[in-house]
Amino acid sequence: MGVSDILELSAEATAAAAHAGELDPGELFAFYRSRAQEPEALELNCFCWLAAGVPDGSSAAEAPLGGVPLGVKDLFCTAGAPSQSGSLMLKGYIPPYTATAVQRALDAGAPLLGKTNQDEFAMGSSTEHCAFGAVRNPWDRNRVPGGSSGGSAAAVAAGLVPWALGTDTGGSIRQPASFCGIVGLKPTYGAVSRHGMIAFASSLDQAGPLSRSVRDAALLLGAIAGRDRRDATSVGLPEPLALPQRTDLEGVTFGVARELSAQAGAQAGGIEPGVQAAFERALELAMSLGARIEEVSLPHAALALSAYYVLAPAEASSNLARFDGVRFGHRSGDERARRELYAMYAQSRSEGFGAEVKRRIMLGTYVLSAGYYDAYYGQAQKVRTLIAEDFRRLFAGEGRAARGAAAPKVDFLLTPTAATVAFELGAVQSPWQMYLNDYFTVPMSLAGIPAISIPCGLSGKPGDSASGMPIGLQIAGPAFSEGPLLEVAHALEQALGFDGSPARRHRGLGHAHVNGAGGEAGGIHQGGPA
Amino acid sequence: MSAYEPVIGLEIHVQLATATKMFCSCAVAFGAEPNTLTCPVCLGLPGALPVANAQAVHFGLMIGQALGSELAPRSIFHRKNYFYPDLPKGYQISQYDEPLCRGGELEGVRIHRVHLEEDAAKLIHVGASGRIHGSETSLVDFNRGGTPLVEIVTEPDLRSAEQAGAWLRLLRATLRELGVSDVNMEEGSLRADANVSIRPVGSTQLGVKTELKNMNSFRFLERGIAAEIARQEAIVEGGGEVAQETLHFDPASGSLEVMRSKEQAHDYRYFPEPDLPPVLISEAMVKRARAAIPELPSARARRLRETLALPEQLARQLAFRGELYAYFEASLAAAGALQPTPEPRLIATWLSEELLPRAAGELETQGGNVPPAALAQLVALLAAGRLSVGGARQVLERMLAEGGDPAQIAAAEGLEALSDEGELARMVAEAIAANPQAAEQVRAGEGKAIGPIVGHVMRASRGRADGQAVSALIREQLGL
Ligand SMILES: [Zn+2]
Repeated sequence: MGVSDILELSAEATAAAAHAGELDPGELFAFYRSRAQEPEALELNCFCWLAAGVPDGSSAAEAPLGGVPLGVKDLFCTAGAPSQSGSLMLKGYIPPYTATAVQRALDAGAPLLGKTNQDEFAMGSSTEHCAFGAVRNPWDRNRVPGGSSGGSAAAVAAGLVPWALGTDTGGSIRQPASFCGIVGLKPTYGAVSRHGMIAFASSLDQAGPLSRSVRDAALLLGAIAGRDRRDATSVGLPEPLALPQRTDLEGVTFGVARELSAQAGAQAGGIEPGVQAAFERALELAMSLGARIEEVSLPHAALALSAYYVLAPAEASSNLARFDGVRFGHRSGDERARRELYAMYAQSRSEGFGAEVKRRIMLGTYVLSAGYYDAYYGQAQKVRTLIAEDFRRLFAGEGRAARGAAAPKVDFLLTPTAATVAFELGAVQSPWQMYLNDYFTVPMSLAGIPAISIPCGLSGKPGDSASGMPIGLQIAGPAFSEGPLLEVAHALEQALGFDGSPARRHRGLGHAHVNGAGGEAGGIHQGGPA
Repeated sequence: MSAYEPVIGLEIHVQLATATKMFCSCAVAFGAEPNTLTCPVCLGLPGALPVANAQAVHFGLMIGQALGSELAPRSIFHRKNYFYPDLPKGYQISQYDEPLCRGGELEGVRIHRVHLEEDAAKLIHVGASGRIHGSETSLVDFNRGGTPLVEIVTEPDLRSAEQAGAWLRLLRATLRELGVSDVNMEEGSLRADANVSIRPVGSTQLGVKTELKNMNSFRFLERGIAAEIARQEAIVEGGGEVAQETLHFDPASGSLEVMRSKEQAHDYRYFPEPDLPPVLISEAMVKRARAAIPELPSARARRLRETLALPEQLARQLAFRGELYAYFEASLAAAGALQPTPEPRLIATWLSEELLPRAAGELETQGGNVPPAALAQLVALLAAGRLSVGGARQVLERMLAEGGDPAQIAAAEGLEALSDEGELARMVAEAIAANPQAAEQVRAGEGKAIGPIVGHVMRASRGRADGQAVSALIREQLGL
């Protein structure tokens, strides 16, 4: 099997080839490992660490995931490999244990190829706020890959790894998937264990797959989901995931919420014409496959972003308190810090955290402070409850149509994943402008429901910020509806026929040789296999 | 009599004797090598998550029911945020406005709340100061970190340092009987802070309170509270106002120093712990906790009073000290097989007044040389008149030193009560003859003068004679 053939294959097909004995998992791993070290790959800066050796693949050929290599976001703890959450605070930190989601993927036969770059502590929507350098979008290297799981998304889109794990707190899987033209799924809160994920906002963080197809996402999610006794908030999925195969949408009703569509443009900074056109084309395709489209209302969705930017920083301010320089991570060598306890705390944290992290710690500390708690945190919790209730009613058929009439039961909600395509590096400087990237993804995070982003076209309409950049379609469903959600996503994906093949897009990268020795990767930590 | 009435409330932290820690599966043990009982969870490593200990919840429910509290069907954990090296996560997982139990009462002192939380790690400061500021190095032992704690908060119903001490002893006895904690103040498994204020006698308003910390024995607790009451009285007497502050009691000097003022009070930024689902209490859990509760000290004291006719003080003493009560119960059981059966009250009195002062430390090991059955036999000999009080004391001393059967010791040592009336009569006659002047005085009506004659008989009989019988016989022979 030739090299470019491998790049054409889905992870599922690659695993099948390994199962059939047509592919040697060891060679497969070596191929991707060497590919990730090609100069053009290094330029993307997807990885902060690559496995040094090729793991023993003898059993991988029988394992469900067939030895197909996996990229893992930096914030997952991996025993023996750095787990730094994109922060100087944790530079070189090697945890003593492996996150449950990663361990399950490893156990299912997906070896760890490398750790992927991310926004520091998952706080960002561009992967520019990374202590180990910004990640670039393989579709246009002057543009961001989205974030915070930008390294995972860019690596999958560039064909540097067949699939990857990311985490999503307010859109950190879906938005980079959208920006990079791949599939990204945020599961129901509790479907995947958070044990071993370096926490950003505990009540929102959820691990999920990034892949080039819906079936690959289902395959990887099936491996990592499940109740974990080490995460008291984990529940798993109600039943094992079957690989989706649906190609029609007969009997499916999609809702389009006025608060999360074109009319909402103003607050989201305006939906680009190309994004709106691609979204409308997706709706037409859905109808052509037999689906009904209903205009619905999520009355409190417009408040979601404000509530999110109270709740997530509040939890983060507490979650990040453990980075105090006492037991692990950065400790200031400053003279005063060596003598005085509180100077040690302040100096270590000042040096270890980046600007965005500090901003959110301050925000979070403020909203939890005596005298402000009720006005901010308390109110935001109420908004969160209202939003969850909006979604519950929508999916239970108790929702309202756009003009106040009773709405029919809606099976899924459709929205653009983001209002724009990937922006240029450095183009978004205002924090609030950056936060607006999460406008369409945050409501589902607050409600804890599953949502997937699939590519639905390329930009290029007059008025678009860029041409030829991928656009994402978000499909959200009720809690624990991953099975049916993946089925309809698959049907839409097949009808949309989006071609994101890295082999055709990046011919330079497609010519790596199996077993070819890659150049020593600049800036990439090398270590033993985890 | 002071013109002020002290108003005292206690906040008690109890380390639970669970097998594992509050939120991880590390063993709970005192005295292990530092930092050997740790894991990513109790070290606060990145990515580690807490999982609540079901046994700790069970113990919490037992305590709540023992104190007559209302058990919350749903309670939640909160994070209490502050930075300190003994707090690896930068927050303590505790309970805030939705605790496990509310209300309750123990011997007239109302309980405000009972909640679950985790203990901090232990700091060891190397250097002269013994405190973190000014120490050369500070070391952290995370073995204790994450140990399950129950915090019990009383209403301000205590009115003196002694009452506070006595009540805390009762609480300790209750917790020990429940088997939920080692309740050892020196080892820190029972810790008490006190909120103290004073007010003019007759007033019903609460004064400004101070919080006293670090009183790690009953003696220090009572001394600390007494010192604080005196300090507050002096302030008010001098026309000043008590400031709301937290005080540190130094047992060495007996002084109180200010740890922090109201202005320096932490803003803990409590918020619901997102890593833990609510604690839901089922009817079955409540039943299981209720079934696990044994007879508790205050109920036991009542029973000893009412069914065994023990006096109040004696009943409380036996009921509130688990090892003492266990000894008493075993002794009572052994006495049941003896003829004649000695009165429970006599056994209790001998245990409390004779054995305890002589062998306090040995009661935990069931009396050492004097097991409960032996005390029962001794008291039975006394009750049957075969030993005098003095003789019984001598036998007890011998038993404590060497062990053995009281009847055999009495026989071998010739300590049995003089039952031979002729011999006793002879001894009395000799004593009267040896003390003619005293005999004359007794005859003349000076009752007290009988002492030297009785003493003579007691010496001659080596304590075997019964004092009352001797007095009666002397009077008889003197023709009175
Ligand atoms: Zn532990």
